[in-house]
Amino acid sequence: MNTLIYTSVLGFGLMVLEVLKLRKWISPVLILGLSLIFGINIHDWNQPGSYMGNMLETSNFTVAFNALAIFITLLIAMLASEYYADEAHHISDYMTIMTFVLCGAQMMLGYANLVLFFIGIETLSISLYALSGSKRFDAKSNEAGFKYFLMGSFASGFLLFGIALIYGATQSFDLNSLGDYANGTEVSPMFLTGLLLVLFALFFKVSAAPFHFWAPDVYEGAPSIITAFMSTLVKVVGFAAFYKFLHVFGYLIPIKFEWLIILVAIVSLFTGNLSALAQENFKRLMAYSGISHAGYLLIGLVGAAAFPSTAILYYGIGYALSTIAAFSIAMAVFKSTGSETISAFNGLGKKNPILAACLTSTMLSLAGIPPFAGFFGKFYIFSEALQNGHFYLVLIGIISSMIGIYYYMKVVIAMYAKPANETKIEISLTNQLVMWLCLIVSLLIGIMPSMITSLF
Amino acid sequence: MNPITNPESTTNWYLFLSCLLFSIGVMGVLFRKNALIILMCIELMLNAVNLLLVSFSAYTGNTDGQTFVFFIMVVAAAEVAVGLALMVSIYRNIGSIDIQSLNKLKW
Repeated sequence: MNTLIYTSVLGFGLMVLEVLKLRKWISPVLILGLSLIFGINIHDWNQPGSYMGNMLETSNFTVAFNALAIFITLLIAMLASEYYADEAHHISDYMTIMTFVLCGAQMMLGYANLVLFFIGIETLSISLYALSGSKRFDAKSNEAGFKYFLMGSFASGFLLFGIALIYGATQSFDLNSLGDYANGTEVSPMFLTGLLLVLFALFFKVSAAPFHFWAPDVYEGAPSIITAFMSTLVKVVGFAAFYKFLHVFGYLIPIKFEWLIILVAIVSLFTGNLSALAQENFKRLMAYSGISHAGYLLIGLVGAAAFPSTAILYYGIGYALSTIAAFSIAMAVFKSTGSETISAFNGLGKKNPILAACLTSTMLSLAGIPPFAGFFGKFYIFSEALQNGHFYLVLIGIISSMIGIYYYMKVVIAMYAKPANETKIEISLTNQLVMWLCLIVSLLIGIMPSMITSLF
Repeated sequence: MNPITNPESTTNWYLFLSCLLFSIGVMGVLFRKNALIILMCIELMLNAVNLLLVSFSAYTGNTDGQTFVFFIMVVAAAEVAVGLALMVSIYRNIGSIDIQSLNKLKW
């Protein structure tokens, strides 16, 4: 609750700084403010409560995911202060809208009422529509923003229709009374239709196939920093909100819609991994990789009613940190070479061995190779699926992660086996700092997974 | 008896009407080519939901649904503001708002 208020105040504060012509203070204030909010958020640990007429709730679940969301925003804000260095006159816009994306994310994590859930999703999405289209003179960025806008608001139409049908069946938006209704004796078909429509909208938000068509285009066209932001924050927060939604309805959704979640998981795994094989553009590759990771996370959601959310949290941390580390290197490479294809990485192993080693480790983590966090994330998700008796799901997951290794290795091969071009790769101090921070944390939780898995 | 609060006679019709409006909106989004018309169809979808919420709310005498309608209106306004801004910048760059001219991103 407090974190949400402080984050909103921080966003307005950044606009005020712009008005007061203190432009060079915007990035430091944002980074400092987010660090403070991170601390305030941790302080809420073990202090559950519900606020604003049971609209918003705080629990250890929300604190843990909020901490992850704030940390991601902090890392992205550090990268952004570097990325937008040449565009100083617009920096307050970008930074403010990013802060509001975090506000939406916190509402999606803490919602105890479908009204707040809708407002959270929309705050997050509308801010991101604007950010994806934020390179005003670049037709690709415009197109990405507009496609995201059209498909996103189409999906929120379905979300709303679903919420309205749920309301019609139960006369309530409150999650507790919805849960009571769902675990009662009789459930009306109108309620089930509503749930189905909300599930579709959630599948869309986390870009699970076959609701993924926006993702590759938007990820490719948006500015790289926004792609990194979208692919990490939205996916993690979307899955946390999804988990919470499934958890509320106890065993109703597992009984009625388990087949749907399993089907979407399988389709996402294969669509993501197989389409990624053909990609030449790095951002597009990461988009398809994100779709396949949505598939793995959906496997983790299949038994959501029975399990705590630690597997999702662990997977989310591993995925987010590896992706941000990869993007902090990739953004430096894109800036130096002026190209966003995989061939831009050619010969990086000779030109800058440390960067190449770091990018290799993030790719291995995303592919799920042992010492890194990505492996343990998959391990926990698969072991939950096995405990639920979904042996075939684990088999499909393992087969598709073997396909995945091929395209992650394409980047590694480009770095080490392809001849180098002349361009020198320069990476700024901020990007290096973010990269090392991500790698160290991800290695740390890879060595000591119990740090996260024993949280709740 | 008040026609809106008489359950048997009217709520079903409001339900059908809002489903019809929603479907018209969905069809418009799927089949029209002009971005402005698509935007209007999205608004139609949201307003169909508003109608549905209000009629449920009147039917059950529970005011939560009517309150939610205000939130939806505000969100729809914000969405349109961002959407129109994006459309203007597309028109400046490409000179058309036909969605078939948005073809730079594909593989």
